[in-house]
Amino acid sequence: MKHESVETNAGLLIILTLAVISVGGLVEIVPLFYIDDTIEEVDGVRPYTPLEQRGRDIYVREGCYTCHSQMVRPFRDEMLRYGHYSLAAESQYDHPFQWGSKRTGPDLARVGGKYSNEWQVQHLIDPQSLVPESIMPGYPWLATTPLDYSDIDRRMIALKRVGVPYSLTDEEYQANVEKFGEQHARMFDIRDAEENLVAQAQAENFDGNPGTITEMDALVAYLQVLGTMVDFSEYDDGHFAEFR
Amino acid sequence: MSQAATTAGAAPAASVATSEQYNYAIIKRFAIAAVLWGVFGMAAGVWIASQLAFPFLNFDIAQITFGRFRPVHTTAVIFGFGGNALFATSYYVVQRTCQTRLWSDSMASFTFYGWNLALVLGVITYMMGITQGREYAEFNWQIDIIILVVWVAYFMIYLMTLLRRNQPHIYVANWFFMAFILATALLHIFNNIQVPVGLFHPHSYSIFSGVQDAMTQWWYGHNAVGFFLTAAFLGMMYYFVPKQAGRPIYSYKLSIIHFWALVFLYMWVGAHHLHWTALPDWVSTLAATFSILLLLPSWGGMINGIMTLSGAWDKLRTDPIMLFLITALAFYGMSTFEGPMMSLKSVNALSHYTDWTVGHVHSGALGWVAMISFGSLYHLIPRLWNVNLYSLKLVYVHFFLATIGIVLYITAMWVAGIGQGLMLRAFDQYGNLAYTFTESVVFLHKPYVVRAIGGGFFLAGMLIMAFNIAMTVRSGIKAEAREAQAASAEARTA
Repeated sequence: MKHESVETNAGLLIILTLAVISVGGLVEIVPLFYIDDTIEEVDGVRPYTPLEQRGRDIYVREGCYTCHSQMVRPFRDEMLRYGHYSLAAESQYDHPFQWGSKRTGPDLARVGGKYSNEWQVQHLIDPQSLVPESIMPGYPWLATTPLDYSDIDRRMIALKRVGVPYSLTDEEYQANVEKFGEQHARMFDIRDAEENLVAQAQAENFDGNPGTITEMDALVAYLQVLGTMVDFSEYDDGHFAEFR
Repeated sequence: MSQAATTAGAAPAASVATSEQYNYAIIKRFAIAAVLWGVFGMAAGVWIASQLAFPFLNFDIAQITFGRFRPVHTTAVIFGFGGNALFATSYYVVQRTCQTRLWSDSMASFTFYGWNLALVLGVITYMMGITQGREYAEFNWQIDIIILVVWVAYFMIYLMTLLRRNQPHIYVANWFFMAFILATALLHIFNNIQVPVGLFHPHSYSIFSGVQDAMTQWWYGHNAVGFFLTAAFLGMMYYFVPKQAGRPIYSYKLSIIHFWALVFLYMWVGAHHLHWTALPDWVSTLAATFSILLLLPSWGGMINGIMTLSGAWDKLRTDPIMLFLITALAFYGMSTFEGPMMSLKSVNALSHYTDWTVGHVHSGALGWVAMISFGSLYHLIPRLWNVNLYSLKLVYVHFFLATIGIVLYITAMWVAGIGQGLMLRAFDQYGNLAYTFTESVVFLHKPYVVRAIGGGFFLAGMLIMAFNIAMTVRSGIKAEAREAQAASAEARTA
C-alpha cells in the first residue's frame, strides 16, 4: 500500500491512527489486571474505616499529592528515611491512587504512627511552629470545620461499586469477618457507617477537641493509618523482592 | 474619482469573500481566549512559584493554597492557553489546507463555549476543593462529561471538514491534529472512568485502584504531554513554520516517518513516571526502552522543522516571529533529549520526585509549546483581522523576555533537582543519612526564588504580547468599520 492512499482517505487515516495508538496501552495496562504477581499476597492490608476514608477525601481535596508522594522506593536512603519500600498491595483499596510525582515535602506512605496526634494537629494548623524551615501552607480551617459525614454511606456504596469490600448484607459482613477479623469487619459495614465514624472519632479524639468531629479528626485518622497495615517484621528480608 | 471608489469598494468585497470562504470568526475567538488564558495561567504559575519560595503567601486561605491552586495553573496553561491556541490554529490550518469552509458554524461555536465553560468551571471547582486528585485530569466527573461532548463535536467538525476538502491530499499538519484529537479522546475516556457518589454529587471514585490506577493515570499523563502538548503543536509547526519561512517543509518523507513513529511510540512511555515504584518492573523497563526510541522521531521532527529554514537563515535576523518558531524547535530538541535521559532508571532514581522533573516539563512547556504558539499566533492574528501587527519591536521584546525567563527557570530547577537528589542520597562516614529532608528544603529556597523571577520574566513577555495583540485587533476592528462606512457611503451615492 502506498502512503498516498492514507493521505487521500480520511477514514483510512483515522482507522490506522487509532490502531497504532492503541497498542502501547493494551500491552502495558491490560496484563496488570491478569498477572497475579502484580499485587503481592500480604496480610494486614484492609479498606479504610469511614473516618479514615473521609480523611482521605480531604487529603485529595487539599491537593496534598501535589507536594507529597506515597511511594517509598527500594533504595537504602529511602528505607532509612521512610521505612520499608511500598508494596502494590498497600494501595489496593486506594481510589484514586495517591502515589504522587513530586516531593516538595517528604514521602507520606509510612507517616502513620511516626508522630503523635497532637504533633499532626499542630503541624497542620501551623507547620512553621514545629518546623521553622518548612514551606508547607497552614491548614487551620481543618480544625474548625465540622466534618460533613451525611453522605458517608453513599460514598461507601460508590467505593463498594469500584471494588472495595464494604458490606451491605449479612453475607458480605461474614465474608469480611473471615477476611479482616470481626473488629475491622464491623467498621466496613455500610449500614452502620455513620455510627462507626462517630464512634471512632470520639474514641480516639484525634484533634484534641472532644466536642465536635472536625475535618482535622478525619485527616489525622487517615495520616495515622498510612503505611501501618503490614507488619514487615513477619516477613523475611527480601521476601517481597520476587514480586518486583 | 471613480478609480478611488473602485479600490475602496474592492477591499470590503475581497474581505467579504474570504470571510465567506473560511470561518474566521471562530478562530478569532479562540485566539483571543488563548491569549487571555495565557496571561491568567502564567500569572497563576508565578503565584504558586512564589508560594514555594515564600510560604506566607498561602495566607491560610484554603482556596489559594498551593495544593488547590497548582491544578488551576496547570489547567489554565495546558487546556486554557494551549487548548484554545490549538483550537484556533487547527481550525485555521484545516480550512486553509483543505481550501474549504469549516463544517457547521454552530457546532464550532459550541466547541468554543463548551470548552471554555469547562475550564472556568474547573478553575472554580478546584478552588472549592472539588477534584479527582489525578494530575492534569483533576476535573470532576460532571465537567469530564462536558469535555467529552465538546471533544466529540471537535472530532466531527474536523472529520467533516476534511471530507469536504478541495484538495486530493490531506496535509501533514492535519494528520497530527487528527491523531491529537483521537488520542486525547481515548485518554480522556479511559483515565476518567469514575463512579459518582450521586447524580448531583460532585465527587466520584475512580474505578481502578493502586497500581492499575497509577498506570492508567500516567499512561494518560504522559500522553497529555505526547499528544496534547506535542503531536498537536507539531501540527502547528508543520503549517506555520513553512508558511512563515515561505518555503516548503524540508522533507516530506521525514514527515511520514516522524508521524507514524511518534504516534506509535508515545503511547508506551507513560510508565517511566513510575520507575522504582510498586509497578512491576517489566512495564517500567518497556517504558524506558520506548522512551529512548522516542528520541529518534522527536529529533526527526525537529530537524524537519529547522531545516525548512535552510537557505533562508537570514530570516532569523529580520523576522522575530521566525525567531520564536525556530527557538521553539530548538527547545523541543533539547527537552526530547532530556526526557529519554531522565527515563533511564539510574538517572530517574535521582531525578524523580525532584524539581528536575518540573524543570524538564517547563523547558518543554515554555520553550516548545508556548514559543511555537506565540509564533503561530503572531503569524495568525494579523491575517485574521487583515492588518499588520501593531509592533514588531514588541515581538522582539517578548522573545527576549521569554527566553531569559526560560533559561532562569530551567537552570534553577536543574540546580534544585539535582542538588536535592544528591543531598537526599548522601551518607556520612558512619553510613547514616547526611541530611534531613528539611535541610534539603532549606537548600531549595534560592533556586525557588530564581525560578519565580524566571516565571516573572516569562509572564512579562506574555503581557506585552497581550498588549500587542490588543492594539493589533483594535486597528483591525477600526479598519473594518471604516470599510463598512465607505461601502455604505458608496451604496448611497450609487
